[in-house]
Amino acid sequence: MRQELLKGNEAVVVGAVLAGCRSYYGYPITPASEIAETAALLFPKVGGTFLQAESEVAAINMVYGAASSGQRTMTASSSPGISLKQEGISYCAGAELPCVIVDIMRGGPGLGNIGPEQADYNQMVKGGGHGNYRVIVLAPNGAQEMCGLTMLAFDLADRYRNPVAILADGFIGQMMEPVTIPDPVRELPQRPWAVTATDATRDNLITSIFLDHDELEAHINALYAKYAQVEQHEVRFEEYRLDDCEYVAVAYGIVSRLLMSAIDQARAEGIKVGMLRPITLWPFPAPRLKELAHTAKAILVAECSTGMLIDDVRLAVECRIPVQLCSRTGGNVPGIAELVAAIGRLRESAP
Amino acid sequence: MKDVFKKPDSFYEFFTRSAAADKEATHYCPGCGHGNLHKLIAEAIDDLAIAHRTVFVSPVGCAVFGYYYFRVGNVQAAHGRAPAVATGIKRALPHSIVISYQGDGDLAAIGANEILQAANRGESITVIFVNNAIYGMTGGQMAPTTLLGMKTTTTPYGRKSINEGYPLRVCELLATLEAPVYIERCTLEDSKTIMRTRKAIRKALEYQVENKGFSLVEVLSPCPTGWKLEPIESRQWITDNMVKVFPPNVYKDKPAEPREELPSPVFERDAVLNALGVTDEVASGSGHAPGDFPTHEVVLSGFGGQGVLLLGQLLAKSGMREGKYVSWLPSYGPEMRGGTANCHVVISSKRIGSPYVAEPNLLVAMNQPSLEKFAARVRPGGVVIYDSSFVKTVALPAHIRGVPIPLSEIANELGNAKVANVVAAGAIIALTGMVGETVFVELLRNLPKKALLEVNLKALAAGRQAAERQIKQPIPAALV
Repeated sequence: MRQELLKGNEAVVVGAVLAGCRSYYGYPITPASEIAETAALLFPKVGGTFLQAESEVAAINMVYGAASSGQRTMTASSSPGISLKQEGISYCAGAELPCVIVDIMRGGPGLGNIGPEQADYNQMVKGGGHGNYRVIVLAPNGAQEMCGLTMLAFDLADRYRNPVAILADGFIGQMMEPVTIPDPVRELPQRPWAVTATDATRDNLITSIFLDHDELEAHINALYAKYAQVEQHEVRFEEYRLDDCEYVAVAYGIVSRLLMSAIDQARAEGIKVGMLRPITLWPFPAPRLKELAHTAKAILVAECSTGMLIDDVRLAVECRIPVQLCSRTGGNVPGIAELVAAIGRLRESAP
Repeated sequence: MKDVFKKPDSFYEFFTRSAAADKEATHYCPGCGHGNLHKLIAEAIDDLAIAHRTVFVSPVGCAVFGYYYFRVGNVQAAHGRAPAVATGIKRALPHSIVISYQGDGDLAAIGANEILQAANRGESITVIFVNNAIYGMTGGQMAPTTLLGMKTTTTPYGRKSINEGYPLRVCELLATLEAPVYIERCTLEDSKTIMRTRKAIRKALEYQVENKGFSLVEVLSPCPTGWKLEPIESRQWITDNMVKVFPPNVYKDKPAEPREELPSPVFERDAVLNALGVTDEVASGSGHAPGDFPTHEVVLSGFGGQGVLLLGQLLAKSGMREGKYVSWLPSYGPEMRGGTANCHVVISSKRIGSPYVAEPNLLVAMNQPSLEKFAARVRPGGVVIYDSSFVKTVALPAHIRGVPIPLSEIANELGNAKVANVVAAGAIIALTGMVGETVFVELLRNLPKKALLEVNLKALAAGRQAAERQIKQPIPAALV
C-alpha cells in the first residue's frame, strides 16, 4: 500500500497525473493555489505541460484548445476565478470537450474572503455560463476523494465528452489526510473526434456554433439525451447510519464531515438520524432521496451557503416531508452542537 | 499536363458545411479581403505540404466560418481567445502547424491580453491579423483600429481621441517584445501588395515549420460593406487612409535558433509513480489500525515561523504511519503571514468526522495570544501545554490542566530557537502518547535538512524530559 499525507489540493494533482492528465493551465488564487503549485512541480516530471496563464479566462481557453487535441487537461481556481471561467466552460460544453475544472470554494459575493464556503453550488451545479448545458459535478469530502474523484472526473469527462467539475471548499482543499495512491490508468480512451494534426483527423471540427436554428436545437436535444444517460448511470452518494432512521440529514463537502460527528452525537442522544451525502451534485441523488421521503419524518439540509443545496433536496422529495435548513456563511462552518440542535428541531417540525 | 491555376488542395472542393444553397461560393461580401487572404493561406499550406498537420483556429467575426473552406483540422474559438486556444493546441501537439486567424476587434480589443501574452511567450504559432478598422460581422461598429474621425454605428459622429482614444497599432506594440520572431504589416490594396502579403504569410508559416517561434502578419483588408464603399473604392481607401496610420513594414524579423522541443508525455506506470515520489513500499504500521484508541483532538498555535504547522503535520504523519486515522487542518491565508498560525490535528482509531476542532482536549500554545484565543475552548479535563518562555499571564479555567514548559528557552539552550516545535513534540508524546516516539524519530530522520537532525533529536528528548518532570502520570486523552 502506498500512502501519503496530502493536502486535498495536492491530492487533486496526484489524481490528475495518475489519470493521465498531461496539461494544466491555471491562475493563482487562494485557497486553490496549491493545486497550481503542485502541478507546476509534478507535470514537468511526467512530460506534461504546466502553464500559468495570464488570466482565468485564458486558462480555460487553453484547456479548450488542449481538450480539442484529445489530451486530458485541467484547470483549477476558486470562486471568483470560476465566475471568470464560466464563459469558457459553456464553450467546452457546447463543443463537447472533455476537461476537468476544480473549484475550491471561498467566501463571496465579490471579493468576499478566503474562508471556506459552498456558495458556488448554483454557479457550478446549475451551470453558471450561458446556454442549455450541464456540467457533471463531483463533491469530495476528504483528501482521498480529492484524488479518487479527480481520476473519476477524467473518466466521466471522456465517457460523456463533457466538462466535469470537482466542487470542494477551502477546508477540503487545505486539509491534510492520508491518501492511498492507486495505480496510474493503463489505457486512455480513443478520441476519434479530436483534432490531432494528422491526416486521419483532417476533417474533424471542434465548434459550438450552429447557425441554423433547427440544427442548434437538434444539438441541444442531443446534449440532453446524453445528460439523461448521465442521470441514469452516474448518480453517486454515500449513506451514513441511514438504516433505521426517522430523520435524514443532507450535506456535502466539509459540512458532511461535521455532520458525521453531529449524527454520532444525536444518535447517542437517542435520535434516529442518518446522512445522505451526495457525491455527485449533478446528477443529483434525487431518486434515493425521494425513496427516503416515504419513510423519513423530516430532512435537514446543512450547507455553507444560504440555501442552494436545499432547493434540489426539496425538488427531490416533492414537498412530502418538512425540509429544514442549517446554514452558515462568510467562511464559518456550523459547529457540531449547532448541527445536533438543528437535528433536534427536526422532531418538532415532523408531522 | 500541369495545372497552372487550380483551387488549392487545402480548400474543400465543395463547402458542404455551409447551410447556403450554393456550395461553391464563399459567404464573404463582394470585394472583401478575407477571400484573398484565405487563398494566400491555402496556397502556402499546399506549397509547404503541411495540410495534414495544420490546425486552423477560427475566430469570431466574418471568418467564423473558416472551417467551411479550409480542409485542415479546425477548432472554433471564442471572441478574443484564439491565441489561448492555439496555445493549448500547440502545447498538446508540438508537431502541429497552428494558424490563429483573428480580426481587429477580436484580437486588439476583447483579446488584447491573449495576443500580447501569447506573443510574449513566443508560442510557436502563426497569427494572421485582419485589420479592416471596423467590426464587420456585428454590423459596422467601432474597432480599436478605427481611424480618427471615421464614422461607424457606435461612433456616429466620427471617432474622437478624447472619447475613444487612438487607433491601436498592434505590430508596433508587439515588436517591442523579446520573444516574437517575425512581425510584418501588409495590405491588400492591389496585386503588388497582395503578392507581398503572399510572401509574408509563407515566411510566417515557414518559421513555424522550422519551430522558430511566434509570427504575426497584420493585413490591412477592405470591408466594402462596413465602409459603405464599392469594392474598388475600398482598395483605394486603404491606400488613401489606412496606410498613413498603419504603415506597412517589417517590424521584426529575427528568427533565432529553433525553440527547445517540448517534452513527450510519460505514462509508464513506474515512471509516473516515481515522478509522484511514491514507492510500493508498505509504510510501517499502515493498514493495522489499533483496535480501541482514544481520539485526540488537538489545537497547535503560535507565531508564524514557530513551526506549529509542521509540528501538526509530523504528528498527523506519525499517526498515519501507525495506521491511525488522522487529519490536519491549517489556518490559511493572510493570517499565517506574520500573525498567529494554528492548525487542528485529529488522531483517532475511528473514521474522522469533523477535522475542525472546536473543543480540543489538548492545546499547545506557543505564545500569549494563542493561549488567550484558544484556552477557553479546551474541553473540561483537557490539557494546555504552553511555552512559559513567552506566556507570562496564565488564567486557565479550573477544570483545565496547565503544563508550563519553557519550549523556546530549551530550544535556545540547544543552540537553535527553531526547534521549539520539536521540544513541544517531545512533551506532547510524553504526556499523551497520541503517537509513538519511534515513528516520530523516523520522520525527523527523513526531514530534508539533515544538518538539523542532531539538534532535533536532542530537542525531542529535552521536551520529553521537561514534561516528565512536570507530571509523573501520563494524561489520558478525552474519550469520544
